[in-house]
Amino acid sequence: MSGLRTRRSPAEADGPMLSLRDVTKVYREAETSVAALAGVSLDVNAGEMIAVMGTSGSGKSTLLTIAGGLLSATSGTVCVGGLELGSLRAKGLARVRRERVGFVFQDFNLMPALTVLENVALPLDLAGTAAATSRSEARRALAVVGMRERGSAYPDDLSGGQRQRVAIARAIVGKRRLLLADEPTGALDSVTGDGVLQVLRERADDGAAVVLVTHDARHAAWADRIVYLADGRIVDQASAVTPDRFLVGGA
Amino acid sequence: MGEDMSIKQALLALLTEGEQYGYELRAGFEARTGGAWPLNIGQVYTTLDRLEKSGLVERREPDPEGHVHYCLTEAGRASADEWWLTPTPHPSPGRDDVAMKIALAVSIPGADVAKVIQAQRHSTMETLQGLNRARRTAQIDDDAWALVADSLIFRAEAEIRWLDHTETRLARGLIKRGSSVGATPASRAPADREGALS
Repeated sequence: MSGLRTRRSPAEADGPMLSLRDVTKVYREAETSVAALAGVSLDVNAGEMIAVMGTSGSGKSTLLTIAGGLLSATSGTVCVGGLELGSLRAKGLARVRRERVGFVFQDFNLMPALTVLENVALPLDLAGTAAATSRSEARRALAVVGMRERGSAYPDDLSGGQRQRVAIARAIVGKRRLLLADEPTGALDSVTGDGVLQVLRERADDGAAVVLVTHDARHAAWADRIVYLADGRIVDQASAVTPDRFLVGGA
Repeated sequence: MGEDMSIKQALLALLTEGEQYGYELRAGFEARTGGAWPLNIGQVYTTLDRLEKSGLVERREPDPEGHVHYCLTEAGRASADEWWLTPTPHPSPGRDDVAMKIALAVSIPGADVAKVIQAQRHSTMETLQGLNRARRTAQIDDDAWALVADSLIFRAEAEIRWLDHTETRLARGLIKRGSSVGATPASRAPADREGALS
């Protein structure tokens, strides 16, 4: 089982790309409070892809939004690339999100009025990057997801699978190495969905840390590790075993 | 080893491409099914004997190297053509060992069904991951192998979906636990029970 991860980014030497320690999230409404996360600890290294599974309401999407700094934890610590999010002010947090974290959602969230290239360059443009730099970075990100030729198209000109590739390009543009994907294959057919997972898998093999939230076991199987959540807790973790025993001698 | 209809039909299908001898048939079968189901040569010859007795194949004179080639008869060719469009029945309808275990766990108060489901899912998930890894890292350009691997992947996925579904139904109280589920088929069908008692 050596060589599972063939490439390691130098960042790995500095600890995990994402680290959650005893993270809780409690939603308070009037008299009641609901614990969406009840103490989750999880490390994701550079070059690693993990899948988070669990029924609706198990806390998996909450986990993702907290990992990306879109939501703050009620208690516990969240570190992205060694930076503890809880210690940052709003401005610093926004910067971490912009520079280190990329989100991929089910519905792509592309701007219909912007070209593909402008969509991908948008996070850099918003960060005040010089236009020439942001364009060349965006072109590079598009090449990574196999969409280099479509930079001048508009999202409406693309198929669902192509749009999701563009969304992944936007999530990795610049130097962002933590990719958080929430049901990214949502409404795509199974072959197109596999293509999207292939791209996420390649990002991990290339040194990114990828967290995939999914209810689909077949998609989760692309990950190195699968984490099951129930009632805001990790109840099980599975890792791949050698396939030989399934393919030799039949099922 | 019982009579295996699918192996019989597979050999007939391979023979539609021309006459072949036993080892050729075995190699052809394994190459085209991704090596997922190895055949032993004894099984190939036993099957060819049966096909010959049923009048579906004919034996040729041995070639100079001593290989005995087989070819299809008219009836054999017809049978091969018919097979493609005849739906294949699933083996042993009814019994599914995973479903059986979980059904029992639900009915027996001492069993922790949630844990039973979790243990099964853990194992099937690892299988699925292993298959996925094999599928995406395979260096060989082998469509047959990929096709068979996909079939195993989708089957494992189906089992996990069913386990998830059952777990959710349990969690929401839609499945009764313990001996209260011990309603026997007989008690559900009073007419039959009366019949049985009389």
